[in-house]
Amino acid sequence: MEQKNNTLLFYTLLYFVFLYLPVLFLPLFSFNDADYMSFPLSGFTTEHYEEMWGSVNLHKALWASIKVGVVASIVSTTIALFAAKAFARYKFRGENISYGAIMMPFLIPEIILAVSILVIWLSLGFKLGLIPVTLGHILFCTPFAMLILIARIEGFDFSLEEASRDLGENAWGTFYRVSLPLYLPGIIASLLLSFIISFDEFILAFFLTGSDATLPMYMWGQMRFIQKLPHVLALGAVIIVFTTMIVLLAFWLRNIGQGKDKAELGIKIHE
Amino acid sequence: MNNSFIQINQISKHFGDVKAVDNVSFEIQEGEFFSLLGPSGCGKTTLLRLLAGFEYPTSGNLLLDGSDITALPPDKRPTNMVFQNYAIFPHINVEKNIQFGLRKLGLTSEEIRERVNDVLSLVKLDGYEKRFSSQLSGGQRQRVALARALVRQPKVLLLDEPLGALDKKLRDEMQLELRTLQKNIGITFVFVTHDQQEAISMSDRVAVMSEGKIQQLSTPNELYKNPHNIFVSDFIGETNFLKSETKSQDGEHINVSIEKLGEFKIKNSLNISENSSNVICSVRPETMMIDKVKSDWDICLEGKIKQTSYLGEMTKFYIETKEIEKIITVSSQYFDNQSFKNNDCFISINLDDISLLNKK
Amino acid sequence: MLHALQKFYAKSESVRAYTMLSPALILIILLMLIPMILMLSFSFFTQISFVEIDYTFTIQRYIDFFQKNLLVSLLIKSLKISFLVTLITLLTAYPVCYYIAFYVKKNKMLWLVMLTLPFWTSYLLRVFSWKIILGTKGVINSSLITAGLLSEPLTFLMYSETAVIITLTHAYAAFALLPLYVSLEKIDFSLIEAGRDLGLSRLEVFWKITFPLSMPGVIGAILIIFIPTVGDYVTPALLGGTDGRMLSNMIQAYFGKINNIPLGAASATIMLFTVALVTMIVSYTTKKLTQRIS
Repeated sequence: MEQKNNTLLFYTLLYFVFLYLPVLFLPLFSFNDADYMSFPLSGFTTEHYEEMWGSVNLHKALWASIKVGVVASIVSTTIALFAAKAFARYKFRGENISYGAIMMPFLIPEIILAVSILVIWLSLGFKLGLIPVTLGHILFCTPFAMLILIARIEGFDFSLEEASRDLGENAWGTFYRVSLPLYLPGIIASLLLSFIISFDEFILAFFLTGSDATLPMYMWGQMRFIQKLPHVLALGAVIIVFTTMIVLLAFWLRNIGQGKDKAELGIKIHE
Repeated sequence: MNNSFIQINQISKHFGDVKAVDNVSFEIQEGEFFSLLGPSGCGKTTLLRLLAGFEYPTSGNLLLDGSDITALPPDKRPTNMVFQNYAIFPHINVEKNIQFGLRKLGLTSEEIRERVNDVLSLVKLDGYEKRFSSQLSGGQRQRVALARALVRQPKVLLLDEPLGALDKKLRDEMQLELRTLQKNIGITFVFVTHDQQEAISMSDRVAVMSEGKIQQLSTPNELYKNPHNIFVSDFIGETNFLKSETKSQDGEHINVSIEKLGEFKIKNSLNISENSSNVICSVRPETMMIDKVKSDWDICLEGKIKQTSYLGEMTKFYIETKEIEKIITVSSQYFDNQSFKNNDCFISINLDDISLLNKK
Repeated sequence: MLHALQKFYAKSESVRAYTMLSPALILIILLMLIPMILMLSFSFFTQISFVEIDYTFTIQRYIDFFQKNLLVSLLIKSLKISFLVTLITLLTAYPVCYYIAFYVKKNKMLWLVMLTLPFWTSYLLRVFSWKIILGTKGVINSSLITAGLLSEPLTFLMYSETAVIITLTHAYAAFALLPLYVSLEKIDFSLIEAGRDLGLSRLEVFWKITFPLSMPGVIGAILIIFIPTVGDYVTPALLGGTDGRMLSNMIQAYFGKINNIPLGAASATIMLFTVALVTMIVSYTTKKLTQRIS
């Protein structure tokens, strides 16, 4: 460990400010009684929030995002759980290739993923809408979920599962009575984070949804109009608060029972 | 005779190129306290896991009480295991841990409660029902693991180095307790350990393993007194190895030329061939005598004490002689590290205590 | 029969592992590999009319791409912007990671969570925030004007390449922070102390010991920033204007209003190959560099 270094500390804090400022300005200006977001501030108001909430389209979009998010997070987490278990528990040939393959969506610009799914979906004659969006989100969320779950499962004592088998439980019973309860915090964390990723995701939704807007698409639409600016701020502020709370909850859950200062947040570097 | 309880028939387990268990065959009797002993990597744990059903043999089969259990998954076998790290479920308490395996046996809740209480008394953990794993000491967790396995009344109890994590005093106590327990309930125990003292003191028979093969399977006495080869001789207890060459056979004995000491008639219990230099002699430290004066034993040598190890109940002397190349270890309960003023001594060996072995 | 199956299943770890992996692998194949191959194949077709496509194989689209100045310049600009963003993000984030890895004693996890928290909020919103900050009537300009330091708003801050770069250095910072931190954390501090003990200056210790050892993290960070940045759509669309447009905006147009799917597919494929090429070059050179330094 090094001794103190105030220059570096100051720089780090400055960096923190740089990171947080954009995020904090939104809530700040959402209460500002003006149509432009400039200093000096004009006065406190909550009317932007009321107007925002009054929009029917907002509610439709919100509901769409929730539906997609719930399905995507559940499916991704399930797929990722089994995959994570396979990687953590077994040694087998093709392990690294499989891992790389499943992580691929990270290594490809999202727009290419979006365009590819668009092409195949339309070629198959299907209509655009929430379903291809959900599929795209599942593709995108699964690697995330897997990272979270692998980190969690790696600390798992597999002799517990063997003990359960030894004591007479079959594979399903073992999963249900031993593995699942112990994986649960990690699973919930994965569900929450996958939900957030899907909830905020824009590009795939942009390309794949026909007329059913998700919330980010709704915001995109609003962003084009200067008069709607305050609405976007209000909505943005709400989303930021909501997202932050869920993320904090997810991180808290991830670390229950771990007790280690594992700093990766699940990201492994594979060459 | 083939009414033995457990039969291991030509079992091999390969992991890729590694032969963890190499064509092993032996039998275990019902009610036996049987140990698998050997250094890390010798295959003893793999063999245990094959018995438990956690590994599937590359070839060979396993018979338990007459039935072929080779393909049975672990939950279907009448065996239970005590794991090395105990594997106590952290999310349920002691009582629920012990009850865990009783669900599938179709017992009434009365019967379950009775069994759990009985087994808790057996391992001396009455009153600990509601505790969780994190609230138990290592020794207590070990007992819970034992209780949890025993409560199912298995035909065979498999123990994977269960005492490894305990401190010495606790280990010695538990060794005695386990042995007594086994004799009382009469279940066949298959015990894996790398500690030869542990195996010798607890077991009815021991299989010494190395590199996937069984080196010798005998009672503890036999292993100690009549090791079959250099590995067993070296692994069990301590010994001195002396360079040797066999000459001609003489009835049950054979003439052996030992280092610069001369030729002697040694009992040839292992039928070692004549005129071979691929042999070695083994003498245990406690069979030799150290003294300040010459003795009338078969071999008596002058020596210089280079080092002593005072162990309380005995002392080990490390002695240099003109005739023998290496330092000789002699242990004595009679003399100690203060006894020899100028480090001059005499060591004596009886021919009956010399074991003739093949080198590899 | 069942018995034989049971035997087969019990025998092989591989079989068990792949059974559990199959949903994930199927997902990748169905939703990524096959679609991408299909898209690749579309790049060899021709768009005849708004709904008709000629399926004869041709590489004309690729020729078209490289003959259009606009497209080539967009490709180059996308690469240039990504390169700059990667560099700046790395340089600005590295000291922070270094600080947390080596100077923070307690609650490192907390620092990291706090550091990455902003990135869990919607990317769209964060870009939008920058629009507010950098705009002519935005935070920066209005504050500076009110404070009297400026008479006219700075226009280069919005609808420009600069705006895109600034925003993207913020957007992908977390992706740099984590891998960098992880590899710095792994470094055995006694190696650094040994370096100092042997008389090396602080700078030398950093350059000869710390930095090479953090290479895996650096490579990871480079790839994780560069790749998404090249294909970014939102930032150039919202605040790039004409000056800050990137290739993905054009690709979107080809799949949308302009409706030239084969050309769009070709552009996307070219982007993909460029990304793959850069990835390989980066991995290769950093590996060589590491070998040389250590």
